Amino acid sequence: MPLNTILLLGAALFCIGLAVVVTRKNAIAVLIGIELMLNAANLNLVAFSRFDAVELQGQVFALFVITVAAAEAAVALAIVIKVYQHFQTANLDKINELKG
Amino acid sequence: MPIENIIFYAFLGLTGLSALFILLSKNILYSAFALIATFIGMAGIFVLLGAEFVAITQILVYVGGILILMVFGIMLTNRLSQAKVETEVYNKFFGILISAGLFYILAKAIGMADFANIGWMKNAPSAPSSVRDLGMKIMTDYVLVFEVIGILLLLALIGAVRIAGNTREEGVDAA
Repeated sequence: MPLNTILLLGAALFCIGLAVVVTRKNAIAVLIGIELMLNAANLNLVAFSRFDAVELQGQVFALFVITVAAAEAAVALAIVIKVYQHFQTANLDKINELKG
Repeated sequence: MPIENIIFYAFLGLTGLSALFILLSKNILYSAFALIATFIGMAGIFVLLGAEFVAITQILVYVGGILILMVFGIMLTNRLSQAKVETEVYNKFFGILISAGLFYILAKAIGMADFANIGWMKNAPSAPSSVRDLGMKIMTDYVLVFEVIGILLLLALIGAVRIAGNTREEGVDAA
């Protein structure tokens, strides 16, 4: 399991997540892209943690990233559902009532 | 080729292909299910990297929690009488251009980096880590962060219920 392959996979996942965030109009599709980007970061942390079997900082930090991602997804989905009830759409381009 | 490498490349392919499917599919529900495949592939890679606990947490939290939430979110924010839950796509050219450019830069940096000669990685102990060590670390060195992150999760979940629930007066007005 060469380290470079894992890092390249992490970079590819991050870039795919970025492309999904930039190109999708639906709020939940954007959230899916954000989850992909967080997981790409986790992959790098765990990959380097293999060389750090005593301190295990990478694995511990990956666990914290997973926890924060869970909290973020819960709050974001609650907001999306509330926004949908108010505007009757989850399309990010049509939610523009604050626009000056 | 040892069997471990074959399994590793299988999980690698699963992760990469399902992530590409997310990028190419317009259907949000298909994207969410492809995300499950991505997370399972990553959990397999985590196991092969010696991070069993992170892999189990990944499956429990992401596949069991976040993705169920997302599917519920898709259900609640689309009129199900529609034939398909599709999202519109825009910024296609610049989005792909920016992410392809970023991938090029990252790949070039990874190719140039000389990981083999970094001291702490060269002198790394070959003994694999165990779940027991991770638990000892979390409960001793990182116990403060662990408690803080637990409180953060509790607060975020209470906040999510409060936001999405219909308990407020103005919640009735806004709906």
